[in-house]
Amino acid sequence: MPTVGVKRDLLFKALGKTYTDEEFDELCFEYGLELDEITSEKEIISREQGDSKASGASDVILYKIDVPANRYDLLCLEGLVRGLQVFKNKLEAPRYRRVSPLSGEPQKLIITEETVAVRPHAVAAVLRNITFTQERYDSFIELQEKLHQNICRKRSLVAIGTHDLDTVSGPFTYTAKPPAEISFKPLNQTKEYTATQLMSLYKTDSHLRHYLHIIEDKPLYPVIYDSNGIVLSMPPIINGDHSKITLKTKNVFVECTATDLTKAKIVLDMMVTMFSEYCSQPFTVEEAEVVYPDGKTCKYPELAYRKEKLSSDFVNRKVGINESTETIARLLTKMCLRSEVTGVGDEIEVEIPPTRSDVIHACDIMEDAAMAYGFNNIPYTTPRTYTVANQFPLNKLTELLRQDLAAAGFTEALNFALCSTEDISDKLGKKISETRAVHIANPKTVEFQVARTTLLPGLLKTLAANRKMPLPLKLFEISDVVLKDDTKDVGARNSRRFCAVYYNKSPGFEVIHGLLDRTMQLLEVKSQRGDGYHIQAAEDSTFFPGRCAEIFVGGKSVGRLGVLHPDVITRFELTMPCSAVEMDIEPFLGHPAEATLTHDVPLHEVIKHHFPSQVPNSRPTSTKTVFGDVSSAAGLKALDDFLADKSYMEGFEATQADTTMFDAIPSAPSSTFSHLLRWYNHVKSFLRERANLPSAKTQFVLEEDDDDDDDMDLFGSDDEEDSAEVEKLKEQRLAEYAAKKSKKPALIAKSSILLDVKPWDDETDMAKMEECVRSVKMEGLLWGQSKMVPVGYGIKKLQIGCVVEDEKVGTDLLEEAITAFEEYVQSVDVAAFNKI
Amino acid sequence: MSDAGLLETLLRRIEAADGGVDSLETASILGVDHQVLVGAVKSLLALEDLISAELRSSKHWELSGEGTEIAEQGSHEARVFSSIPPEGLPQSELMKLSFGKIGFSKAMSNKWIKVDKTHEGGPRIFRSVENIEDQVRDKLLLVQKGNTSQLEEKEKNELKKRKLLSEVTVKSYWITKGSCFSTTITKPETELTPEMIANGSWKEKKFKPYNFEALGVAPDCGHLHPLMKVRTQFRQIFLEMGFTEMPTNNFIESSFWNFDSLFQPQQHPARDAHDTFFISDPALAHEFPLEYLERVKKIHSEGGYGSQGYKYDWKIEEAQKNILRTHTTAVSARMLYKLAQQEKFTPVKYFSIDRVFRNETLDATHLAEFHQIEGVVADRGLTLGDLMGILHQFFTKLGITKLRFKPAYNPYTEPSMEVFSYHEGLKKWVEVGNSGVFRPEMLLPMGLPEDVTVIAWGLSLERPTMIKYGINNIRELVGHKVNLQMVYDGPICRLES
Repeated sequence: MPTVGVKRDLLFKALGKTYTDEEFDELCFEYGLELDEITSEKEIISREQGDSKASGASDVILYKIDVPANRYDLLCLEGLVRGLQVFKNKLEAPRYRRVSPLSGEPQKLIITEETVAVRPHAVAAVLRNITFTQERYDSFIELQEKLHQNICRKRSLVAIGTHDLDTVSGPFTYTAKPPAEISFKPLNQTKEYTATQLMSLYKTDSHLRHYLHIIEDKPLYPVIYDSNGIVLSMPPIINGDHSKITLKTKNVFVECTATDLTKAKIVLDMMVTMFSEYCSQPFTVEEAEVVYPDGKTCKYPELAYRKEKLSSDFVNRKVGINESTETIARLLTKMCLRSEVTGVGDEIEVEIPPTRSDVIHACDIMEDAAMAYGFNNIPYTTPRTYTVANQFPLNKLTELLRQDLAAAGFTEALNFALCSTEDISDKLGKKISETRAVHIANPKTVEFQVARTTLLPGLLKTLAANRKMPLPLKLFEISDVVLKDDTKDVGARNSRRFCAVYYNKSPGFEVIHGLLDRTMQLLEVKSQRGDGYHIQAAEDSTFFPGRCAEIFVGGKSVGRLGVLHPDVITRFELTMPCSAVEMDIEPFLGHPAEATLTHDVPLHEVIKHHFPSQVPNSRPTSTKTVFGDVSSAAGLKALDDFLADKSYMEGFEATQADTTMFDAIPSAPSSTFSHLLRWYNHVKSFLRERANLPSAKTQFVLEEDDDDDDDMDLFGSDDEEDSAEVEKLKEQRLAEYAAKKSKKPALIAKSSILLDVKPWDDETDMAKMEECVRSVKMEGLLWGQSKMVPVGYGIKKLQIGCVVEDEKVGTDLLEEAITAFEEYVQSVDVAAFNKI
Repeated sequence: MSDAGLLETLLRRIEAADGGVDSLETASILGVDHQVLVGAVKSLLALEDLISAELRSSKHWELSGEGTEIAEQGSHEARVFSSIPPEGLPQSELMKLSFGKIGFSKAMSNKWIKVDKTHEGGPRIFRSVENIEDQVRDKLLLVQKGNTSQLEEKEKNELKKRKLLSEVTVKSYWITKGSCFSTTITKPETELTPEMIANGSWKEKKFKPYNFEALGVAPDCGHLHPLMKVRTQFRQIFLEMGFTEMPTNNFIESSFWNFDSLFQPQQHPARDAHDTFFISDPALAHEFPLEYLERVKKIHSEGGYGSQGYKYDWKIEEAQKNILRTHTTAVSARMLYKLAQQEKFTPVKYFSIDRVFRNETLDATHLAEFHQIEGVVADRGLTLGDLMGILHQFFTKLGITKLRFKPAYNPYTEPSMEVFSYHEGLKKWVEVGNSGVFRPEMLLPMGLPEDVTVIAWGLSLERPTMIKYGINNIRELVGHKVNLQMVYDGPICRLES
């Protein structure tokens, strides 16, 4: 937020009123400003450089006022005063006018092609017959600086140059040249320098060195010459000394060079609207002509007044107030947005002046109305939004676990997600390349080189910082680490971890192991191989050899625990043995019944939205209804009669028929139509849920006759053709899809069957029997492994597996085929049947 | 004499005595050290109302070791005098005596002796008076006999200065019978035991009184982190208000979702390396919903949906840059976009409390990462008054009822309001959060219906926590430099009180 410093007494003089600090603070608050500090030059110097330097400095009271970042029109005393005076109804917002010079041609700024590669845009204007005083001059310079720092993005987007027009002569040329070929005496220097020399001269300049990078490595530097070859400026670095502005300057040539034309126009408008106040013809600005390389010309400043129309209902509805159209127009005018009631319904025409480049949408106008109304005068209301709350399941699990881990005697730590590369690699005895770490491009210190990939270093650092605390120290943290992951749109993802450390005179592996067991108990995972959890010896350079184990849950590794390697302990400036556990907790989430939110977004839109380039007027333009034109008294009368014995247009509840009719009526009906007015106010109360109302059965509101209809008929109905084409395309697609579907091989359902084939007695030749069984051949039958299983009394049965295609081979068929070998087979049973 | 024996002896003497006994006197009669007797008195006192003892203290003068020597053998100077024969003594001989040095100078100043420095064979000492009176010894003898009162205060002090006398305070007890006096001792029980309960003996026993002034034994337990305790409360508040928690577990975000989708222009200062952490690996995001991306590009560079747009050259390269998210609103943007993809719009209330990252200058209250609390409501026809109403309800649950709103600026909300609350302690209005209505330029390209308004607010978690727990330096709260004692001692978190 930019801060503007103004002299208090000067400000009050301009405002024509003296305020106490509190009163002025209050005024600022209302207007969206903030009286940040009350100080003086003396105070500032003594604070920054010491009392000795401050002696002799001015002790005139300064107000430091914070201005919203998009209000460039409030960045100087002139603008602030104008804004506040209009707000307080003491002044009518001035109209800024662009005028042609009284005599002769306008000043010309010719842009050459060379500028394209470095700084392609330029705009210019002239302030004619201006009167400077020391204060005005200071403010003029200060505004340039404020604009440079804010909208101009430290001169990278736009740079402003102001010149004493009487010292130079047009036409001016804006070109770009190799730095060695540019030579001039820069502002406040005594001799000439080449651009190359200047760049090295300003390397040490506390102010200018910040701008050098903008053009430094370009082959050509931008430069503006007058018709005699005098350098006006070398944007965005420095002006020439020749055309320097002084208190005596009468005519000012303002140029803005830019990489962003929109911003250049805004900046130029700001400069001239703010200071044209001091011209002999206040608030007029003399135009200048900019000639482009292609010969095209443009006149600047634009000083464009744009008109927007909106309804007072829109403002009332968005703000939650109920003011008349006139009142809202009056409120907007207070905000320098001259507004008029057009008389068409509740429409207001708002004029956006060139000083209000921040107003780009109706919502900006609505905000100004709310500000003028006073935010703190708006009544509080409670929306009737009905929703059911859900917790993010991962956070819910985390919250529950944290509680019980603390109950298990461990204290929660909270460490940074960012750390040094060393913390997650060297200090843990790992290579950074193994870590999948996300690296930060612009860390200010080593503490912010990477996003952590493990919670362990943070806990070890917490131990180190608390070595004086009584032992043992038992800490835990459940938090996110960040890992690279190509499957994510951004190439990285968070992973929620649980980590705990035990620090004491003995390593206490059993304590950490016990905590793991307790955690698993909390998570309802049993200690067993297979679908439970178990730990198994592992090698890990962070841990003491032979003292590390990997944690497996359902056969998958989720983390590790063990006694830390003495080198790791030492590197974290610890002296005692320490054991630790770290594991993922996301595998324990389970499957919540509620649909889970994720931050992954669909990459292709399923729902096709209608995106008009302009928001359509929320009101239908048609006022024609079955009752006649409701913008006329006759139409309203007919409707009033209709509603005399009815609550709603249709049936016994509000429907879309009511809202459509409501929209058709331009403004609230007069009280002469009492039935209509009652209905109108009643329907108005449904506005919030209007979209949810049942649809209409009857069409009461008629389409506006379209004069173009006849012309359209010449070409037949485009609409129909369109829809026919769409229909055709759709059919075609469906056909293609069906074809594709039929070609695709249907999934073949298969089953694996285990058969028990029992022989007649112990003398049956089992080998022969198996041979017989295997001799059964069918389409879709594949025999598998077999074995002899003792049944008793020396009798064995043949257990044989097979895979069958369900559609072709049934168990009945199989049994029949096998029992056919009567001499060997006594019976066949299906021992197991599994769908594959 | 055994301890128990001493106690019984003492009790019998108290029984026999008229009125009471003096501990000092009793000790000398019984021939035990006074301290031992005092110990016995203390242990008897612990038995309720058995005896009562009144502390008495008396001062008296006592000879020091040196003083006792002098009382026996005379003062050093007197001994010097008497050791000098009439024919004198060489000074060197005198100095060999134990009292020589001290006695010599004192005897000289008393003018009892003289030195002949010219004497052949070295300096020699002679008596200079016939008789002396050893006043020091006399005075000390007086003290030794207990007739201290005959000495003047000045004299006593001088002897004290010479370390011959010392003033001793003697504390003794005047012991009398208590209301429950008895010569037999029944030792009171310290604690109730299972045996006493089983055999009922507790009924007859006397129990030692507890000292309720002392602190109890600290329980052996773990502790939750204060910031997380406050986070839990904020989550609770949102859940009470029917807000659903957003999935904010994605610290790495593309500039697209963090800025562009929020209608924050690409040249906005917040997108500078000074304020935002950019990622070098993985440097770029590679997947976007392309149709939506086109609409975002259009609204920035050309405008639309009733907006003038920013009218600049919007570049996908800028949107692709990966960063550490600077606000959780990036996730809100994703959620609102997904909401817009629903077949039919349904109102939602969302919240999140999670980490955000700013590449800012660090100080006592600013860290590079902090927790942002955010609430979002999307419904048809919401008003600014609704936002204020919800904020009022939200802050009431935090114990803040006096609110005031200041117009502010934020690239993606319009109107934007800073929320101020009246601080009773500071007697002024302080900022407690930011709020606003999301701009149509953000919502309409997502595909949300035109009559849907989205209101939102945010605040930091650290600030209320620091105020709540009275912490001035944020590093003591967050990060490894945390003061664990503070974590151990932290109370439960009740925000409303």
